[in-house]
Amino acid sequence: MRHIISLLLENEAGALSRVAGLFSARGYNIESLTVAPTEDPTLSRMTIVTTGSDDVIEQITKQLNKLVDVVKVVDLSEGDHIERELMLVKVRASGKDREEMKRMADIFRGRILDVTDKSYTIELTGTGQKLDAFLDAIEEGVVLETVRTGASGIGRGERILRI
Amino acid sequence: MEITGAEITVRCLQDEGVEFIFGYPGGAVLHIYDELFKQDRVKHILVRHEQAAVHAADGYARACQKPGVCLVTSGPGVTNAVTGIATAYLDSIPMVVVTGQVPTHAIGQDAFQEVDTVGITRPCVKHNFLVKDVRDLAATIKKAFYIATTGRPGPVLVDIPKDVTTARCEYAYPDKVELRSYNPVVKGHAGQIKKAMALLLEARRPMIYTGGGIVLGEAAAELAQLVRALGFPCTNTLMGLGGFPATDPQFLGMLGMHGTYEANMAMQHCDVLLAVGARFDDRVIGNPKHFYQEERRIIHVDVDPSSISKRVKVDVPIVGNVKEVLAEMNRQLAASGHGPDAAAVKAWWTQIDLWKGRDCLKFDRGSAIIKPQMVIEKLYEVTAGDAFVTSDVGQHQMWAAQFYKFDKPRRWINSGGLGTMGFGLPAAMGVQLAHPGAPVVCVTGEASIQMCIQELSTCKQYRMPIKIVNLNNRYMGMVRQWQEFFHGNRYAESYMDALPDFVKLAESYGHVGMRIDKPADIESALKEAFARKDQLVFLDFVTDQTENVFPMVPGGKGLSEMILV
Repeated sequence: MRHIISLLLENEAGALSRVAGLFSARGYNIESLTVAPTEDPTLSRMTIVTTGSDDVIEQITKQLNKLVDVVKVVDLSEGDHIERELMLVKVRASGKDREEMKRMADIFRGRILDVTDKSYTIELTGTGQKLDAFLDAIEEGVVLETVRTGASGIGRGERILRI
Repeated sequence: MEITGAEITVRCLQDEGVEFIFGYPGGAVLHIYDELFKQDRVKHILVRHEQAAVHAADGYARACQKPGVCLVTSGPGVTNAVTGIATAYLDSIPMVVVTGQVPTHAIGQDAFQEVDTVGITRPCVKHNFLVKDVRDLAATIKKAFYIATTGRPGPVLVDIPKDVTTARCEYAYPDKVELRSYNPVVKGHAGQIKKAMALLLEARRPMIYTGGGIVLGEAAAELAQLVRALGFPCTNTLMGLGGFPATDPQFLGMLGMHGTYEANMAMQHCDVLLAVGARFDDRVIGNPKHFYQEERRIIHVDVDPSSISKRVKVDVPIVGNVKEVLAEMNRQLAASGHGPDAAAVKAWWTQIDLWKGRDCLKFDRGSAIIKPQMVIEKLYEVTAGDAFVTSDVGQHQMWAAQFYKFDKPRRWINSGGLGTMGFGLPAAMGVQLAHPGAPVVCVTGEASIQMCIQELSTCKQYRMPIKIVNLNNRYMGMVRQWQEFFHGNRYAESYMDALPDFVKLAESYGHVGMRIDKPADIESALKEAFARKDQLVFLDFVTDQTENVFPMVPGGKGLSEMILV
C-alpha cells in the first residue's frame, strides 16, 4: 500500500544520504522524496512516498527513527492529511492547439508561466493523481517536457509535526 | 589556552578514560600520533594491518564492556578497517573509530589517500561524523562515545581532516551530551511486562531464548534469577553463549543452524516463547514460514525497536534495556506469589529429556585420528572452563560453541553476525590486554588464521601469551561440508593447498609452535601450552578432514528439519 511518511531531521551534511542509503540498503521503495529546511534552520522536513505491506512500513518507520540524524517520523497516511505536488510542464501550443491548451490549463487551475510562439510552460499544483489526470487529458504528443517535485504532505486539523 | 586539534583528540581520549588505542600510523594522522607520543595515559598498540586494529578494539570491548578505540589513517587505512567496523556493527559492539582525512581544502579533489570515509562506512556504523571545524572536535568525540555505548551499542566513526588536527582552539570536554534526535529507551513498559508475566505463568510448554543482548546489557544475573525462578528451559544464540550458565541443568545448549536437537525442537514446539536480546535471525530460526507452522505466543524484549517484529511477528513487544526489564520481571514474579503450571512444565521437561536423549553432539571418541571435538573438550577441561575463548569463522567456531561450556558472559568472543574469518587472533589480542593475567585462547582453523596471521608479530611485540588452537583439517571445513551436502562432493577451491609449516611459522615470529597428531597427545600438549604463561603457543592440531558439524539445519529449511549424525 502507498504511504506518505514525513520526517524532521537535523539539517546536516549527509543526513539526506543516510535516509536514501537506508532505503536502498534494505530494499525499500521510494516513489518520491522531497526535502527542504524548515522555519527552524537547524531542521529539515522530508516527505517520502513509499509502498509496502504493513510489516514493511512498520520497519521503515522504525529504521528511520533509528537514524541518529532523524528527530521525528510520522506516517501521514495513518490519519487525515493534505498532500500536494507541483509540476512544471512545457507543452506544444501552436495553431488550433494553442486555445485548447489554455482552456485545459484553466480547467485544471494551472498557471501559464512562460509563453513562446510555439509553447506554453504551465505550473500545476495538486495531488499526484490530479497531475496525472492533466497529462492524460491533454493530447498525447504535445508534452515537450515535465518536471515534478514529488509530494509534500501535512496533517489535517490539529495534527502537528514539530519538536 | 588554545591547543591543536591533535592535542584535543588525545585529551578527549584521556578524559574518556581510554586505556588502549589500536592503530596504524599514516600521513593524515601524523599530528595525532605526535601527540600520542608525548603522553603515556593512552597506550597505543601497533597492529600490522588496520583490519586487526578494529578487531582488537572489538575483542577488547567484548571482553571488558568498555568501548574499543582505534585510530587509522585516511584512504587505505579506512578501507582496510571497514571489515572490522562491519564486524562490530553486526554484533552491536561499542567502538569509536578515529580516522584521518585529507585536509578540508583537498576533500573532493581525489587527493592522495582520499576516500569518502563517511560515505563508505555509513551502512556499517551506528553513526559517523566528519569534523570540519576544530571547535566542534571535542563535542563530536563526546557524542561518538555516547552514541557508541548507549541504547543498542555499535561502532561510531569520527573522520578528522589533517588541517583540523593542526588548527587551534580552547579545549573543554563536555560533561554530558544531549541529542534531541537520539534518546534510547531504557525502562520497559510496565503494562507490557505485566502482560508478559501473565503469559509466561499460563504457559504449558515455555521456552526462554536469549542472545547477545544479555551479554552486552550485563543482564546475566537477572536472567539466571528469572530462569531459575520459573524453572523453564533456556537456550542461547551463538552471540549469547555465557549469558546463561552452560552447565546449568535448565540450559539446552545453543540453538540454530548448528544448535542442539533439544534446543531447536523446544523452540519449534513451545507454546510461549520469551526472547530477550535476540533477533530471530536466519541462522537462528531457519525459515520463518516453517517456524510459523507451530502456534506459539512470543514475548520479545529488546533495546532496539527495529529488531522487534522484523523477521517474526511478536505478541508482546517490550522495548527497553534488557537488564531493567528482566529485573522488573523478577520483581513482578516475586510480588505476584504465583508460579507457573508445575504439572504442565514437568510434562514439558519429560518431552525435552526425550529429545536430549538423542545425544545430538555425539562423535567417535575412539577415533585414531584427532576429532576436532576432542580438542575442544580437552581445552574445556584443561582451562577448567574459565578461559576467554575467541574464534574465527567456520567449523571450528561451531565446535567451540557446542563443546566449550561457557558459564560466564564475555568469555566467548566471536564474529557472529558478519562471520569474519581473520577475527580470532586480533580479537584475542584485545581480550588479552583487557585481562592481562587471564588465559586467552584463539580457536581457529588453518584457513581463517591465515587471514590475519601477520598479527603474530604484534603479539610478540606486546608479549601477549595467547594460545592458538588451530584445528587443521587442510580444508575450509565449513565450505567443504556444504559442498559435500549440497554440491555433490565437488570441493571447488576449498582445499587448502601449500599450507605453511605452522610450527616453524610461529617460531619465526619468536613464539612456540607445537604439532599434535595423536588423540592421546591432546591433553599433554594443552597442559604444556598453558604452563608457558608468558609465551604465545601455536598448537597445530592435525584433525580429521572428513568431520562435519552436526546437527545442521540446511539453509532455507525449518528449525526442526535438522540433519543429524
